[in-house]
Order: sequence, then C-alpha cells, then structure tokens
Amino acid sequence: MNVWLTQHSVAIKGAWQRLLASPLNTLLSLLVIGIALTLPAAGAVLLDNLRQAAAGVASTQQISVFLSPEASRKDATELESRLRQEVSGKVQFVAREEALKRLQETAGMAELVDSLPRNPLPDAFILEPRNAGPEALESLAKTLSAWPKVAHVQLDSAWIKRFDAFLRLGRLAVLLLAAAFAAALVAVTFNTIRLQILAQADEIEVAKLIGATDGFIRRPYYYFGALQGMLGGALAVLLVNGGVALLAEPVSHLATLYAASFRLHGLGLGQSALLLGIGALLGWLGAQLSVGLYLRQIEPK
Amino acid sequence: MISFSAVHKRYPTGYEALRGVSFDVEAGELVFITGHSGAGKTTLCKLAAAIERPTSGSVVVNGQNLAALRKSAIPYVRRNFGLVFQDQKLLFDRTVLDNVLLPLAIVGLPPKEAQKRARAALDKVGLLEREKANPIALSGGEQQRLAIARAVVNRPAILLADEPTANLDTDSAADIMELFKAFHQVGVTVILATHDTQWVRQLNPRVLWVEQGQVRAPGEALPEGKA
Ligand SMILES: Nc1ncnc2c1ncn2[C@@H]1O[C@H](COP(=O)(O)OP(=O)(O)OP(=O)(O)O)[C@@H](O)[C@H]1O
Ligand SMILES: [Mg+2]
Repeated sequence: MNVWLTQHSVAIKGAWQRLLASPLNTLLSLLVIGIALTLPAAGAVLLDNLRQAAAGVASTQQISVFLSPEASRKDATELESRLRQEVSGKVQFVAREEALKRLQETAGMAELVDSLPRNPLPDAFILEPRNAGPEALESLAKTLSAWPKVAHVQLDSAWIKRFDAFLRLGRLAVLLLAAAFAAALVAVTFNTIRLQILAQADEIEVAKLIGATDGFIRRPYYYFGALQGMLGGALAVLLVNGGVALLAEPVSHLATLYAASFRLHGLGLGQSALLLGIGALLGWLGAQLSVGLYLRQIEPK
Repeated sequence: MISFSAVHKRYPTGYEALRGVSFDVEAGELVFITGHSGAGKTTLCKLAAAIERPTSGSVVVNGQNLAALRKSAIPYVRRNFGLVFQDQKLLFDRTVLDNVLLPLAIVGLPPKEAQKRARAALDKVGLLEREKANPIALSGGEQQRLAIARAVVNRPAILLADEPTANLDTDSAADIMELFKAFHQVGVTVILATHDTQWVRQLNPRVLWVEQGQVRAPGEALPEGKA
C-alpha cells in the first residue's frame, strides 16, 4: 500500500471515528444539514410533479382550425393531408354537417338549429399536437392561420402560459432557497469544524512541529465535512421520499376523482446521488474554509 | 550536517537572543549545548529545526539553506530531526502508544507497521507495559522517556533534545543519558541542550557553550567584539 492511500484511508477512518465519538452532536448537525437540504429538494420535487401533471393535461390541448365557408370538400382533403404532414399528433376532420348535428344534440340548441335557413358552420379540423409546449402551440397556430382557405385558428393556451410562468417563478424561488440553505450548510460545517479544531489545537501544533504538512492537518477535517454533508444529503433523500410515499396514495386518489391518472414521484436514483454529492461538496467547502482560516491564524509571522 | 554562520536572532520583543553564532555539527557527532538559563539554547534548537527563522545569517541543514526554503518544504526539513521539546508537548488526550504513533501517521506509514515500530520504540525506552496509559499518569522521568520514544520512532538522522533531563533526579537523568549514548553509538547525530554540566565528564561530548547570545568552545574566548 503506498503512502498516499494509507494517509487517505487513515484520514477517512479518523473522520468516521470523530462522527461516532460524539453521537449527539453528530445527530444534531445531521438534522440541521438534512433539513437544510430537504427544503429546496422538496421544492424541486414538487415543481417536477406539477410540471408532469400539467404536461399530462397540456398534451390534450387542442387547436381548432376553421376553414373559410367557400372552401370545398376537395380543399379540405388537401388541407388534411398537409396537416398530417406538418403536425405530429392527432388530426381529426369535423365536417360542417357533423358539427351541426352535434350542435343540434346539445340541450336547448335543437330549435335554434332548426330555425336556421342553412348550415352556418364551416368545416373544421381538431388538432391534438403531441409534446408541444405553449410557445410551440402558439407558433403552430400562427402558421396555420396563414394557410389558404383557413379562416380562423383557435387556441386556448392562456392558462398553460400562466402555469408555465408560475413554474418558472417556482423554479427561481427553489433556486434562491437552495442558495440560502447551501450557505447555511457551509456555515454549520464551518462552525462544527472550528470547534473540533479548537479542541485539537495542541495536536495540530505538535503535529506541525514534528513535520506534518498542512495537507496532513487538513485531510481529516475535509473528510469529516464531506462525510457529514453526504450523510445530511442521505437524510434529506429519506425525508423527501418518505414524504412523497406518504402523500402518493391520497394524491392519486384525488387524481382519479378528476378522472386523471397521476402518480406522485420522489427523488430518483440519480437525483438522490446528486443530493448526496451536493451535501458532500458543501461540507467539504465548509471544512476547507474553517481549516484554512485556522492554519492562517496560527502561521508564525 | 548542520551549519550555522553569523546567525542573529532578534525576537519580536526586540530582544537579541543570538548575536552572530557560527558552528558546524558533523554527522554522527554527540554535541552538548550548554549555558545558563536564558542564554539562548532553546532558541538555537528552534533555529536548527526551522521552528524559528534567523533574523540574519544562514542555517544550513543537510545542504538546505533554511532561510531560502519555501514554506511547504519546511515539514520535510523537520523530518530530519527527532525533536524532544523543553516543554515536551505530549498529548494528554490520547494514550502513550498513540503519542508515539503520531510521527508515523505524519509520514504515512501503514497502521500495522506503525504499531510495530511504535512498540519497538516504547520498548527501547522501557515503556512498553504502559502503552495504554495516559501520559498524565506517567512520572516525570517516564514522560521524558515517552518524549524521546516519539522523537526516535521515525529513526531520524539527528536527535535534537532540549533539556531532556530537566527536573529529574540523578538516577532518572542517568537512564536518559544512557539512552542518548546508545543512539549516538549506533550513528545518530545527537544534540542535547542542557544547563546540567555534570554529564559532560561521563559522556565526553563536544561542548558548545552559549553565553550572551554567542557560542564558543569551553576555555575559548568569546568571539571578538564581545567580552
Ligand atoms: N518567543 C520569544 N519572544 C521573546 N523573547 C524570547 C522568546 N523566546 C525566548 N526569548 C528570550 O530569549 C532569550 C533566550 O531564550 P532561550 O529560551 O533560548 O533560553 P535557554 O538558554 O533555552 O534558557 P533555559 O535554560 O531557561 O531554557 C531569553 O532571554 C528569553 O527571554
Ligand atoms: Mg531552553
């Protein structure tokens, strides 16, 4: 085993021992770090779920394309094939007779329709584009309305746009929250490690006197900070996914009441790993700042 | 091996502890640095081990001029030395064995081998049975021997001990002098700072007398400019 490996494995072991040596302190630090990571992570999961729920609704978003009254059935057929080429998703032709019949069937409309001298309704297409965001739908509607024989294109995407803006605002809020809690996590680690260093000031002094490099002094604290952050991240994953597990049942029940099928999802494997990694990185940063400051302070002038 | 030339040391208080000190120590020598309290013995040791920096002049250890070294190189200079401090600097929050393990951890020796070596060092100073004790539970002489075990565990080329027999009765001091003699006999360069001159006759070392911040051999006049 070479020197490098030995020193790192010894430092990692030392960090573990220090975590286990004062379980109460460790537990409290982990709680603080865990909760600091849970809040932004929970926010992100919530937004992600909302986005998916909305995507489920938005994909059934319809665009109605009304042809001009003078368009013939032949024009309609041509248009249909063109639409099928350009729009991915469902394209449904509604003939004007069909539309009138539907109107007649609508309660209270029968008499009105009967009283009409002729069918006032145009032929129409109902499009259900797949995977289209609000911008895409809008630009599609604009393109279609410029086509010949198209009289009017109707798109009701205002709420989607509003919802999208809301999501964007939510994402920004989560980001700000994450930044604030990241700073808190760094500060907590900084302080924990500061206390440890002060308790071990003698050891640090002696070690330096008999030939320890700054790296040797720093290493166990780095590992301690990273390990503590990582465990805090693990706690956050447990809290978020535990919360999701508790809410999943009532939420999907609620969804069935709205005749929608929707399953709440928590942090996946990759996202969990990311959270652990972020925790470790921030803990390492706190440790780095803390040890660095101390070593500068004891540096002889 | 160690070479001081025209070394001055002025402490931040303005006090001049060393005023133009020059001497050389060859590999394998046994050297006593003696002098009254406050003469500058400890200061000299600290300069040799790069714990203090000279105000002017040069200190060369193993061909390296300490004044010209980068900060990051200093730990490696210190590893040439086994250091016994005047105030010992034992760690009282860990066992005797752990105290001796520290220098080995610093150089990254694998734990198993480190344990073996630390026990061998404790055995050499007669403290093997006390390996699990806390240093606070040791007598003054035992603490001194523990400090020596920690200093020699890395098998340093130079053993530099500051007042290793201070506050010990004659028997304990004799034990410790025996230890240093044994290290000298196996080829270690041994430098002892002590105001206790009774050992000079017995060990027949080379003596450097420190007085008023200057160094001379006994009987020799102080370097010119001073008297
Ligand atoms: N860090 C310091 N700051 C200011 N003055 C110091 C410092 N260290 C030592 N001195 C002064 O330098 C002089 C030499 O001190 P040093 O410790 O080298 O003496 P010494 O020969 O080791 O004495 P002793 O036999 O008592 O250990 C003393 O007068 C002391 O007061
Ligand atoms: Mg002294």
